[in-house]
Amino acid sequence: MIELENVAYSYGYGGGALLSELSLKLSPGSFHFLTGPSGAGKTTFLKLCYGALRPTSGEVQIFGKDLRGMDRDDIAMARRRIGVVHQDCQFLDHLSVAENIALPLAVSGQEHLADGNLDELMAWVGLTERANALPAELSGGERQRAALARAVIMSPDVVLADEPTGNVDWEMSQRLLTLLVELNRMGKTIMIATHDLSLIRAAKAQVQARVLRISNKRLQLAGADL
Amino acid sequence: MKLPAFASLLAGDTNADRVVPPTGVSARLTLLVSGAMAFLAVFALALSLASGRLATRWGDELANGATLRISAPADQVAAQTQAALRVLDTTPGVGAARALSQDEQRALLEPWFGPDLPVEDLPIPQLIEIIESDGSFDPAGLRLRLAAEVPGAVLDDHARWRRPLVQAASRLKLLGLVSIGLITLATAAMITLAANAALSANAQVIAVLRLVGATDRYIARAFVRRFTLRALTGAAVGTALAMIAVALLPDAGETAGFLTGLSFVGPHWIWPLMVPLLAAIVAFVATRTAALRMLGGLS
Ligand SMILES: Nc1ncnc2c1ncn2[C@@H]1O[C@H](COP(=O)(O)OP(=O)(O)OP(=O)(O)O)[C@@H](O)[C@H]1O
Ligand SMILES: [Mg+2]
Repeated sequence: MIELENVAYSYGYGGGALLSELSLKLSPGSFHFLTGPSGAGKTTFLKLCYGALRPTSGEVQIFGKDLRGMDRDDIAMARRRIGVVHQDCQFLDHLSVAENIALPLAVSGQEHLADGNLDELMAWVGLTERANALPAELSGGERQRAALARAVIMSPDVVLADEPTGNVDWEMSQRLLTLLVELNRMGKTIMIATHDLSLIRAAKAQVQARVLRISNKRLQLAGADL
Repeated sequence: MKLPAFASLLAGDTNADRVVPPTGVSARLTLLVSGAMAFLAVFALALSLASGRLATRWGDELANGATLRISAPADQVAAQTQAALRVLDTTPGVGAARALSQDEQRALLEPWFGPDLPVEDLPIPQLIEIIESDGSFDPAGLRLRLAAEVPGAVLDDHARWRRPLVQAASRLKLLGLVSIGLITLATAAMITLAANAALSANAQVIAVLRLVGATDRYIARAFVRRFTLRALTGAAVGTALAMIAVALLPDAGETAGFLTGLSFVGPHWIWPLMVPLLAAIVAFVATRTAALRMLGGLS
């Protein structure tokens, strides 16, 4: 699905590399967690995975295509197969929550698919009541649920979620996790960046999940001690 | 490539429109600018068409602008006319020269003396119509030769003073067209600025659309459609007002002077209707270029 080969990345000029010697292969149906201290580069790593950032050196392949050979249209097409939950959940503030969740369908010209799916999904993340609210009127947790719903509405091959449970209570985080686990059982590839160790433990009880850790600019496979 | 895009743009898909929040100031600016520019363009068009008509009419009059008048005792008129025609025959710049028949002379006098004037019996000078062939006609030289050979001939080149006016009218027509060109460019520039402002103000919206897999074309379309429709609306209003203003110019009849001749004539009324269309095309091209360039810069 997504492959990184000896990738390094640094923001701007001059500064040293934030990440280096990253190699990872996200195979179909795999389930990964990404941990590491704040500021280690988890968000940056995810952005490299969906082509929002281009590596300073090394090679990124998205769905078998070299990122260097992809133009913006190619990347847009790849994004339709990758559901992304942003850490700061960006929405279009002038559209309702329901319209925001259905946005990926709208931009790919598939609004007609929204009908049944949207209601079901909204109910699943517990936002049915808030469907017509504006994003600005949502609580932090509600925004995260909406962001997750938007990320999965296209039934993407890959879901990359950055702190999807940062602001929700334990019960809701379990529900969101269940949604992701269910998608994984359907064969989707999942990667979640999180600080929440209890979430990782809960997931490991349900699926075969690997835990990656960023420390000292490198990506490491964390031990089974979690 | 662009025309189908333009057509589908106007045809529908308001959905793409919705993803961009209403763009307050730049929207009103576009409306105002295209309205004002359309108003100006219609006047420039009217000016251009009117001076074009004037140049053509005056130009026609120039071509047969000189007349030779033979005033002589009745028994010498025929001889002097023959002599004058011989002289004219060898005068450079004279394309054709023709003595008017008595019927033609009567027709010329009819407005003043009625149809029954006995032209034959009156000592009315014989008229010779001169049609110039090119610019080399030299009235002063001709007068000298006539003074020597045809004492009763008087050359009247009354229409010659109009030559600079014809040139001025042609120039005015050109200036009108240049003005329309400049108005078009200025409109394009203003709409580009407004579109750039709208795009910058919506960087966050663009980021979200990119995140969920929107192509540049999809994002651009939302902006382009909006600006094109605004320009079309504004220009339609401006054109309508200008056409009403032109139509309401006091009409002093076909022979009136230049100022009252500014109105559109007959099929020329079609031309101002092209102005809103032109504005829409200008807005479409300007916004699309601005949007695709800006989206190409952001990555
Ligand atoms: N656009 C940017 N320009 C320059 N530096 C940046 C930019 N984005 C992030 N950084 C820096 O890169 C480092 C890694 O940021 P990143 O967001 O990837 O961390 P993170 O692991 O996701 O942290 P957190 O757990 O707090 O979300 C930080 O030091 C941050 O300041
Ligand atoms: Mg982060």
